[in-house]
Amino acid sequence: MAFYDGMFKAFGLEQWCGEGNSDAPLSMADLLAKASGKGADGPIFPFPSLDNLNKSCGNLSQTRDLTKGIEDGFLAAKPALKSVLDPLTQPLSWMLDSALWAFAAIPWFIMIPVLVAVAWFASRSKGVTIFVAFSILLLAFVDHYDVAMQTLSIIFVCTGISVLLGVPIGIAMSKSDKLERVLVPILDLLQTLPTFVYLIPLIFLFSVTESKLYGIAIILYAIVPVVRLTNLGIRLVDQDVIEAANAFGMSSSQKLTKVELPLALPNIMAGVNQTIMMSLAMVVIASLVSAPGLGVNVLRGIRNLELGVGIVAGIGIVLLAVILDRVSKAALQRVDMTHVKH
Amino acid sequence: MSNEPKVRLRGLYKIFGTDGQAALEHVKAGMGKDELLAKHHHVLGLQDINVDMQAGEITVVMGLSGSGKSTLIRHLNRLIDPTAGEILVDGEDVMQLSKSGLRAIRQNKMSMVFQKFALLPHRTIAQNAAMPLVVRGVEEKTWRAEAMKWLERVGLSGYENHYPAQLSGGMQQRVGIARALTANTDIMLMDEAFSALDPLIRTDMQDLLLELQEELHKTIVFITHDLDEALKLADHLVILKDGAVVQQGEPQGILLNPKDPYIEDFVSDINRARVLRVRSVMGPLKEGVSYEGDVQAGDNLESLIAISGGETGKTYRVLEGETVVGQLDMLDLVKALVPRISSAPSEAL
Ligand SMILES: Nc1ncnc2c1ncn2[C@@H]1O[C@H](COP(=O)(O)OP(=O)(O)OP(=O)(O)O)[C@@H](O)[C@H]1O
Ligand SMILES: [Mg+2]
Repeated sequence: MAFYDGMFKAFGLEQWCGEGNSDAPLSMADLLAKASGKGADGPIFPFPSLDNLNKSCGNLSQTRDLTKGIEDGFLAAKPALKSVLDPLTQPLSWMLDSALWAFAAIPWFIMIPVLVAVAWFASRSKGVTIFVAFSILLLAFVDHYDVAMQTLSIIFVCTGISVLLGVPIGIAMSKSDKLERVLVPILDLLQTLPTFVYLIPLIFLFSVTESKLYGIAIILYAIVPVVRLTNLGIRLVDQDVIEAANAFGMSSSQKLTKVELPLALPNIMAGVNQTIMMSLAMVVIASLVSAPGLGVNVLRGIRNLELGVGIVAGIGIVLLAVILDRVSKAALQRVDMTHVKH
Repeated sequence: MSNEPKVRLRGLYKIFGTDGQAALEHVKAGMGKDELLAKHHHVLGLQDINVDMQAGEITVVMGLSGSGKSTLIRHLNRLIDPTAGEILVDGEDVMQLSKSGLRAIRQNKMSMVFQKFALLPHRTIAQNAAMPLVVRGVEEKTWRAEAMKWLERVGLSGYENHYPAQLSGGMQQRVGIARALTANTDIMLMDEAFSALDPLIRTDMQDLLLELQEELHKTIVFITHDLDEALKLADHLVILKDGAVVQQGEPQGILLNPKDPYIEDFVSDINRARVLRVRSVMGPLKEGVSYEGDVQAGDNLESLIAISGGETGKTYRVLEGETVVGQLDMLDLVKALVPRISSAPSEAL
């Protein structure tokens, strides 16, 4: 006898309920209760949840039917979604794979000087460049060069794509209030959702062996700041200057390239900096879904309780984070100085 | 010079707010600026503006802060769209222009100097001055030469590779002036173009403008709230108050016959002897008068006082070039120096 039997009787629904009563599957809770030898009575006044009502009326679904329904629905939609998304995202897999391959194939004695040179040209700061050289050499010295390069190559690809997509989206957003109203909640959602949550649908859609799976996860997470700050940067451009551009008859594209983008550049660069940092954060989590790199070692540390491995990889990540942050901030500062001398 | 005005504003209204058309009805029914703001939360920018600007003349628009001068000048190149009314440039209705037509007019017919300079902060002074030419797609060699020429004219040679933020406010304003001159358009719109300049450079710039005007005969719309400047530059003076024209016409005429206490108050503080010209106060030639000497119609009264040594009994013969055009009684001159106040000073605005 379950608690809500009386209620269904009172409504005269006994008949309807009874039909499916016998074949209602046992819920996990029931099984556990049976195993521990207690009756399935539960509390005196159980909450009228789906599972509890189901005990009195077999025709009502249980909660696990709901989750199963969602899963079935998702699986039913999967072929259609896949046929659209797969070709669209395939280039991402190729890019990630070839970047990983290239970073691994180029010998260290070429790669390290190249990276240091990039740091110099981006930042033009001696301190930052020396720090970059020191960090990479240190990582290589403790045999973490390969994994660090894997992480770095994924970040390069994902940041590049985020900027390539994010800046145009941000520009479009700054030109249309309607689009901004639509996109802001989506960006909020992407930024507030715990990163694990949107790994779930992605795992269903793409196989874990494909690199685009983690690529998409990283890009979705990291693209937000560059979109936001591009939009903001363009909207913040001094209206008086825009007015002057109009008064001398600039076309929209001239205004964009000669006035708005250059003046928004410091903000856009700040967005790029954040995008880089967020892809780094995500690439570590993405090792859960087969992203190679330092994150794998951290994961090993957690799974196998290999404390030392985890900590060394963790320090490697911190070093990479500081390098990327310093270099991009120094580049931002340089842009700030030459473009808006105040 | 043809009789067709270069720029014509007809029945121009501008009301700032969400529903300008509804507010326009109230304004046409006689509601004032303050009442409109209090009752309907709309700002009356301009009301019933009818001004003709002749080719080759300097039209000066004057008024206190907030009287709608910047709003008015922005209508000419449609940086602001009117709530009602017509804007005709060379007989063509600017409101009917397509997007590209409007851009063409802005590129080739009008240039503008901004009250707040509005220079591109990421471009050098030379690039800023050359902006109108760059927009038109002129090649670098040409635009650089033009920009350098005008930068030199406004006294900024040597600064061409600096950035705007490295210049003082007055220097930035001169870059803005150079930019408008580089555009070399028929019509120049100058919104308080000289107000950030120190008195010496300001006089220089005024002289430069008049000098250029001798050569180039542009149609200039000049905004200022300095009456001395207005009187020095204006061929046609328009006085705005609360978005409406209170008086317009030839500046000396306005000075001698102010129509409104507001204008009387405006004109009461200036040095009339320096501004008024002999032409404005002379009378017709009379028989049997002996003259102390000859003076030019274009001389100001100050110079005449100096010549006469301050004696009020004298009479001079007035020449316009070589021809005799009238006579000037020193007594009339002295009378003209006293502002005519029709209302008690306390009533004046
Ligand atoms: N975009 C706008 N929205 C609402 N009201 C405006 C706007 N622009 C101007 N106004 C109003 O229009 C009136 C005239 O402004 P305008 O800038 O033309 O004054 P101005 O004569 O140029 O003053 P100043 O000498 O201080 O430059 C003011 O009352 C102002 O509040
Ligand atoms: Mg103004």
